[in-house]
Amino acid sequence: MSLPSGLSFAQAPPITVPFRFFLSAPLFALLAALLALWFGPSLMDSRWQPSVLALTHLMTLGFLSMAMVGAMLQMLPVIAGSPVAHPVGVARAVHLLLVPGVLFLAGGFLLGSSWPMRVAMVLLGGGLLVFAIAVGISLARAASDNPTVVGMRFALAALGVTAALGLILASNFSWEWWLVGWVQVTNLHLTWGLLGWVGLLVIGVSYQVVPMFQLTPAYPKSLTRWLTWTLFALLLLCSVPWLLPEAGVPEQLAVAVGLAAMAVLAAFAVVTLRLQSQRRRKQSDVTLLFWRFGMACLLLVLMLGIAGQTMRDTGNVPGENLMAALLFIAGFAVSVVNGMLYKIVPFLIWFHLQSLLMGVAKVPNMRQIMPEPGMRRQMWLHFLAVPLLGLSALWPLLIYPAALLFGASMVLLEFNLLSAFRVYRKHAKLAPEINPKTT
Amino acid sequence: METISSYMTSDHHRCDELFAQAEATVSGQDWAAIAAGLRAFLESMQHHFKMEEDVLFPAFEQRTGMSMGPTQVMRMEHAQMRELFDAMADAVKQQDRDEFLGQAETLLVMMQQHNMKEEQMLYHMADQALAGEMEEMLQKMRAVVL
Repeated sequence: MSLPSGLSFAQAPPITVPFRFFLSAPLFALLAALLALWFGPSLMDSRWQPSVLALTHLMTLGFLSMAMVGAMLQMLPVIAGSPVAHPVGVARAVHLLLVPGVLFLAGGFLLGSSWPMRVAMVLLGGGLLVFAIAVGISLARAASDNPTVVGMRFALAALGVTAALGLILASNFSWEWWLVGWVQVTNLHLTWGLLGWVGLLVIGVSYQVVPMFQLTPAYPKSLTRWLTWTLFALLLLCSVPWLLPEAGVPEQLAVAVGLAAMAVLAAFAVVTLRLQSQRRRKQSDVTLLFWRFGMACLLLVLMLGIAGQTMRDTGNVPGENLMAALLFIAGFAVSVVNGMLYKIVPFLIWFHLQSLLMGVAKVPNMRQIMPEPGMRRQMWLHFLAVPLLGLSALWPLLIYPAALLFGASMVLLEFNLLSAFRVYRKHAKLAPEINPKTT
Repeated sequence: METISSYMTSDHHRCDELFAQAEATVSGQDWAAIAAGLRAFLESMQHHFKMEEDVLFPAFEQRTGMSMGPTQVMRMEHAQMRELFDAMADAVKQQDRDEFLGQAETLLVMMQQHNMKEEQMLYHMADQALAGEMEEMLQKMRAVVL
């Protein structure tokens, strides 16, 4: 019989592949929190300030993309049946390019100087290119009838667009050539990054992990069939007006496309919350609460966005843009990633330890690897930080308590992840030395 | 038409349901009820494994000639899950709630990622490889008793 090419049942890649990303991510978010404390209420003056741009990229590239890249390298064998080739080398290269890349990018913004920005372009462009090629090959080989694979392909394409636009903007920053409509290019860059790369990946992954962790009913096929490609098509449509010469597309059409994209995301959030309320598993856990919180924030952002679009003529809602961005990044995306980390990390540690120690020593269970009370404490810090962050767009002084809480939450997240990793290292020592490569 | 995919996937759901029930009983104090819930769940799992290990996997391996491939990985994961079954049974014997919930949580993730690989890959491959003898395969699997 013929097997679909690339089909593989290989076990998970070595534990360092995802962990180097997972352990780095919270440090960037912590750095963002410290910058927010340093700059304080002035952050809310305008979204175009270097401080805001540096902070945003520490969050989106340093925290979100870092964790998402690690999770994708880990998940592809299981979710798509198509592992990434040479996972150790790819992970090392991508990680070693992204980490300094994000720091140089933030530095370039903060110093307003072009050389760090040029270094960042090389490092980030290179890192994301290696990632896109490695994951792209794996996704191309995977079975296409899997809606998660389809979602991941669109997400990866969106990452490509985001990165390309980012490189254009960065080259404009460091060589100061004349870029027509750089405000529009910036808006496109962030739309593709947030709704495309982050949004599409979260949707695609949700199809698998929401039913899996809580034993909810599956997402309806009628939804999974069209949701991700519709969102992707809408993102393409959003981009058309800015590619065409001026006066090409009527304003109402642009508004309609924006509203449609928001409706797609709202449908996803509502269905997810409904499925979670129908879960067969009665045990509530931190991951579930993080996801519910994240979906609620997403809905709030969409309401703000719809209000912003429809009340255009009556003047802007004050702070609406910044509030929506804060709630989308910290409230929706960080919550979902944070909740996922609390499932993936203890499970992977258990999984690798069990393969090493089967028949040799008793392996701690997931709750011993990552104790519930520590996760809950961090979750509550995060749940307190997010509303304050959102409100700081209206009352800028609130940025102080918000950034303090958010920073504390990230310190605790890093501490929880490191403690779990220490459990791994302690127990892995007990393994008989047959195949050191399996760790 | 019933296929290996549809039959085995619905059996996964039956096991999931029994898992959820077993886990839910732990909120109470009635350790006899907890033990009964766990027994029902573990029986459903052992039965499922038996259908695969005694009927489906050997037929698949014979037909495709792949004896060290996917079925081997699935067997290994069955062994990993059997260790968790034992740990859960021990926790009930010792009436240790935290240990039970921790092992149950671990098993849930292990079991779900395992089922995902079977439902999205192995069962489809088996449907193709064993298309000519589908009815016979299904009958043999239905006839499996613990």
